[in-house]
Amino acid sequence: MKLFVKYDFDTLCKNFVSEHLDALDISYTIHSVNEVTVNGDLNDNKYKTLTTALQKYGIEILTNQKSTLVERIKHAIDCMLKDEKSKHLKLSSYLADTLNYSYTYLSTVFSENTYTSIENYAILRKVDLAKEFMCNTNLTLTEIAYRLNYSSVAHLSGQFKKTTGLTPSAFINIMKKKKQYKIQ
Amino acid sequence: MSTTQLNVVLADDDEDDRMLFVEAIDEISIKTELSLFNHGQELMDYLTLPNALMPNLIFLDLNMPIKNGLQCLKEIRENPKLKDLCVAIYSTSSSEKDIEETFLNGANIYVNKPHSFSKLRDVVEKVLQLNWQYHTSNLNKDTFLFRI
Repeated sequence: MKLFVKYDFDTLCKNFVSEHLDALDISYTIHSVNEVTVNGDLNDNKYKTLTTALQKYGIEILTNQKSTLVERIKHAIDCMLKDEKSKHLKLSSYLADTLNYSYTYLSTVFSENTYTSIENYAILRKVDLAKEFMCNTNLTLTEIAYRLNYSSVAHLSGQFKKTTGLTPSAFINIMKKKKQYKIQ
Repeated sequence: MSTTQLNVVLADDDEDDRMLFVEAIDEISIKTELSLFNHGQELMDYLTLPNALMPNLIFLDLNMPIKNGLQCLKEIRENPKLKDLCVAIYSTSSSEKDIEETFLNGANIYVNKPHSFSKLRDVVEKVLQLNWQYHTSNLNKDTFLFRI
């Protein structure tokens, strides 16, 4: 028997981190998936235990301020794309407002650390979400275009093709065949 | 982050193609450590060494003697230790059959070998950038599929 499961990474990560913090008897507040405030200071021992425990699962405690900011920008982009209320806003003003830095500063830090620009990353992420909708839901391209705030299906298809080199239908086709291929 | 370097390998039997690839990588700002292999078997022998350093990205030519690119791809996807590696097919073939077959067998990126050096540099840079984003962000690796 084969079961297909869908993950919610945000919940998964939050719960996972909470369990580990609870286990070490640390008092904390989780703000977003990528930001946790620890009340008071952590002693070296606890810090080390926590780092090792999380590392095993690919969770890293960031020490570099700028890379932390990059992660926060990425997370903010995710939130914006997934939130009904904010998806119509302009990316630059949304990021500046949410993160409390000027957009110029954010975009410089981002480009210096990721080899890409905020705009290009946001497009890649949007296309990534479109791919996820195409594979895991029965939404039509029209519905996907609407959810991701594209002005039309043509706009979605155009950006999809430009980014991935494949048309949405070619992509859907390959993913379908791939699924069958694995089951056989 | 930008201090991390990408470990990239290329398996291609054509010496000229390998040289051009090295030059293209040299001109790109992403920090890269490149290892070269003359054919598929040489690559697989390396990857299956017990202490081999796992590459972040593998460029595979399709037509190679001894072991071709498709065979390597299949072996990589079947090996529990290697199956999550990112594989880019790097071939002169633009036949739809080759493209589909490699995607079905788990290739992440399909690159047509460009005819000019400047295009080659641009294409390699694009692939490395993409791979970098997948390497450092929360993007879905199950749908990591690009044709460049």
